[in-house]
Amino acid sequence: MSTLKIEDLHVSVDTDQGTKQILRGVDLTINKGEIHAVMGPNGSGKSTLAYAIAGHPKYTVDSGSITLDGEQVLDMTVDQRAKAGLFLAMQYPVEIPGVTNSNFLRTAKTAIDGEQPAIRTWIKEVRGAMEKLRMDSSFAERNVNEGFSGGEKKRNEILQLELLKPKFAVLDETDSGLDVDALKIVSEGVNRAHQSTDLGILLITHYTRILRYIKPDFVHVFVAGRVAEEGGPELASQLEDEGYDRFLTAAV
Amino acid sequence: MSADVSDEVTDLSTPEGDTAVEVTGTGTRPSIISDATTRHGDVPVQTRNARFTSADVADYPEVTGREGNWKLTPVDRIGDLIAGELDGGRYEFAAATVPGIDVSWVPRSDERIGLAGIPEEKSSANAWSTFGEALAITISGEELVELTVDRSSFGSGARGAHTIIEAKPFSNAVVVLDNSGAATLSENVEIIVGDSARLTLVTVQDFDDDARYLATHFGSVGRDSYLKHVVVSLGGSIVRVNPSVTLGQPGAEGELLGIYFSDAGQHLEQQVFMFHKAPNTKGRVNYKGALQGQGARSVWIGDVLIGPDASGTDSYEQNRNLVLTDGTRADSIPNLEIETGDILGAGHASATGRFDDEQLFYLRSRGISEEQARRLVVRGFLVEIVQKIGSPALEERLHDAIEAELAGPSAVGA
Repeated sequence: MSTLKIEDLHVSVDTDQGTKQILRGVDLTINKGEIHAVMGPNGSGKSTLAYAIAGHPKYTVDSGSITLDGEQVLDMTVDQRAKAGLFLAMQYPVEIPGVTNSNFLRTAKTAIDGEQPAIRTWIKEVRGAMEKLRMDSSFAERNVNEGFSGGEKKRNEILQLELLKPKFAVLDETDSGLDVDALKIVSEGVNRAHQSTDLGILLITHYTRILRYIKPDFVHVFVAGRVAEEGGPELASQLEDEGYDRFLTAAV
Repeated sequence: MSADVSDEVTDLSTPEGDTAVEVTGTGTRPSIISDATTRHGDVPVQTRNARFTSADVADYPEVTGREGNWKLTPVDRIGDLIAGELDGGRYEFAAATVPGIDVSWVPRSDERIGLAGIPEEKSSANAWSTFGEALAITISGEELVELTVDRSSFGSGARGAHTIIEAKPFSNAVVVLDNSGAATLSENVEIIVGDSARLTLVTVQDFDDDARYLATHFGSVGRDSYLKHVVVSLGGSIVRVNPSVTLGQPGAEGELLGIYFSDAGQHLEQQVFMFHKAPNTKGRVNYKGALQGQGARSVWIGDVLIGPDASGTDSYEQNRNLVLTDGTRADSIPNLEIETGDILGAGHASATGRFDDEQLFYLRSRGISEEQARRLVVRGFLVEIVQKIGSPALEERLHDAIEAELAGPSAVGA
């Protein structure tokens, strides 16, 4: 049984105004196959948690630990984390001019598996995954995310999730900016990955609407850099009705 | 009258970017020294085609390094090429026999010499005054023909050389001058494109680390003809290639492309001049460079002149630089002069940006190593030009050459 364990995590970020502490002691344990929703108001540190797990250089871990099956993730480089089985679906995927999506996907797959995928089955797999995400085949030969709409970028993230087959995926506001059709397509992709590879998921979201399509086992409410409340799916329904006001007043 | 004159100076990749034209990479992000417009301050206003010209080296005063066309060049390291004695004799080259292309040495009395242009600076005149015979590549017929001239035996002694590439009317050719090995060379290259001819000329400068090479290219493009001119500069201590192309007849089109990769201690320079002289001409200039390592240096000066008779001109020039490490400096200076309002469009752009850390993070978060991620991004940056060359074999070679540059000893992380 694979486990991603976050313990007493303190993270700060370098800004133009100096160092700012964002996470103030986060504890989270995700087992393989589990879906955890992390919800919270803007500025509560949700995305910081996502970037800290992936190892973005802008974020400094001041104390605490992140382990994957006992291995210290914080000692790994960004690419080592991906190879160990972590995946971050980004809120704002960047454009890579001059690099085609198909070249990028093949390079990433080769890096993660340690060997080149067999060409014929790989092309078939990519094509099949794109079809399921309703991505036109022309996206394979377009440059990575270049000129993609917001929804197309998110689908491209989920395409990578389905093809790279990580153990754990952090989805950083994957639902933001999606219309309801795109939201359904993206959610189906996440559910497919969940079912086919027993993926563990950390679903970061501001709104509850994606939880209609992706059913969480646990819900954690983030306020001011730590988990303020935890519960089952019922907590999400409660938040949908009440909003975050209750937590914000409590935090002041 | 429809004139669309844009003067765009955009940043390449850094989200907080400014109108960076001249950049030094010593801090965490580039510091902007100046922009294109203020650089004109100390230069007397002179139309680009009004410079003094002479093929006689004795007509030029001593080069001080303060002249407009020398001030970004390390002139103290090339004094021998600018004013010293040069060997104007033949050198060895290798070229396949291709029907429709004649390659031979011709005497100074050849009527084509001086047809495409006359030197306007001293090192060019020095070579012109010195050469014994010119190497002439003459293309005839109408079928597409391709030729690579391998020039790897210049040797390390100071030389002057003259090359003529003539595309006869209606001819169609791809010619590659593949320059490598040791060189201390000043050279003039005359490119004569006859009416309705199409010529792609690629020069590859992949010299030894200590080579010094100065070249002036004079291009004359005839009626309804097309010149694609590609400068690829990779190896050498100082490599300065200055192409100057005149679209002298109606319907002439010039596409001037360049790729350079400057490593630690290298000075790679290009001063590009596109002269729209006749009506209804089209010009495109697109140079892209990458810089990596301590002291890596690049200079790009792009002059475009739209003359008083050049109505219907369609012109655009741009230069983009990708700074991979600290300690580099890229100068990028676009200049545009327009002497008639009756044009289709004219614009220029220049951008110098640092390697984008967010791109690097994105790729690495997918398991791709830092080294490989860099390679992908740099290749992606340069591929636009590589793909425009239109020769699969050469594209393949350039890909390999860029890979080799990235894998070189100075390919260290920023």
